[in-house]
Amino acid sequence: MLFGIGSGLHFIHIPFLKVNGVPATSYRIWPGGIFNRVTKLLRLEASTFTFKDPIKANNALDEQLAQGRAVGVMGSVYYLSYMPDAYRFHFNAHNLLVVGKDGDDYIVSDPILEELKTISANDLAQSRFAKGYPAPNGKMYYIKGVEGRPIPNLETAVKKGIKRTIFLITSPPFKFAGVSGIAYLGNRIKTYPQKMEPRKALLALGNIVRMQEEIGTGGGGFRFMYGAFLDEASQMLNNPDLKEMSLRITNIGDDWRNFAFETAKVIKSRSGRIDSFDYIGNLLIDIGCKEEQFYKDLGKVKL
Amino acid sequence: MKKDEVPQDHNSALYQDKFGKGLVKYALDDKDHYTTALSSGWEPEMTVLQQALDELEQNIREIRQKVINRQLSPIAYYAEVKRMDLGVLASYAGMWKWRVKRHFKPAVFDRLPVTTLKKYADVFHLSVGELTNYNIK
Repeated sequence: MLFGIGSGLHFIHIPFLKVNGVPATSYRIWPGGIFNRVTKLLRLEASTFTFKDPIKANNALDEQLAQGRAVGVMGSVYYLSYMPDAYRFHFNAHNLLVVGKDGDDYIVSDPILEELKTISANDLAQSRFAKGYPAPNGKMYYIKGVEGRPIPNLETAVKKGIKRTIFLITSPPFKFAGVSGIAYLGNRIKTYPQKMEPRKALLALGNIVRMQEEIGTGGGGFRFMYGAFLDEASQMLNNPDLKEMSLRITNIGDDWRNFAFETAKVIKSRSGRIDSFDYIGNLLIDIGCKEEQFYKDLGKVKL
Repeated sequence: MKKDEVPQDHNSALYQDKFGKGLVKYALDDKDHYTTALSSGWEPEMTVLQQALDELEQNIREIRQKVINRQLSPIAYYAEVKRMDLGVLASYAGMWKWRVKRHFKPAVFDRLPVTTLKKYADVFHLSVGELTNYNIK
């Protein structure tokens, strides 16, 4: 629900922005975008702090926890000792929720993992004060509470969320951002065999699939999660058209899964063959067409 | 994706190692309403995960060999082990990127004053003696 209200769905492929040596691909809007939008639309009062001094940052966190608040913090994944080793890169824009304290350890709820985890105060402090870009500077935030505020109108928020999603994904003037980015990536993939050595080309492909399936997307690069939102929205607004759109984005999510499946086959066979790159590139171009039509039709649904 | 189509290829220690019980996937129930299901593994995910891990290991091996051959300075190796790229290493060491890049050259690295070496040693939690040893085990 919040993913939809916050207009979380997006697509962007930035060939010149390299993350660990391969071009960056993302299926969602920028970090913090969903949170900012949701707090605005639901009129939640959020407080955000950053710190210079790790000790002060820690004390401020303890203070809020003592009042029974769950506190969001930003930090580097690299120092989160509870994370499986394969995740632990220097990625600083990771957000997690600290829900309690157990002696010197903190109990956290991480959006990527299912269960609550514990982390030592030292590891958490290192993560919150990691260096590099973006520097988290101990960023912490929480919802102040809703008492005395007008009750937000969920239905309006849902409608606004849908409209803004369509706007954000169809309007970017650059061909690599938004829905046109999908076909753009498809065409890029076709040129990989000429442009890169085989090992690098396969690595770039693998990264696209990992961004799509691994990082808490719920499968299909957030497309299924958006389908779940439209499903809920259709019930809330009593609008069968939205239900139909939910099933359509589900089908598109299935296409993304199929793309991942075919891409993994190419990687596994270590095939640098041009026709296999052409084949998966075309799959993406096809998905791009379908998504474009999807946002057009979603815009026509009467809200 | 239907709920009963959520992949359950739970045969890989690698996958469990990384994702624990599994990854949450959104899927449709029999009335076409959304629900979530835990997936305990999907072949394509395992393929790309294995690929990424192999790549890391291979890079570390290659860079280690280059350090032993004195084509690169040891900081290149320790940065790779800590998964730091040039930008990350530079911000931890508190130096400009181009300067750190120069220090990857053994000829430059060997002439560094102890104060600079100490900065790198602190980043990697090593002693200066360990840092300047080219024969990495």
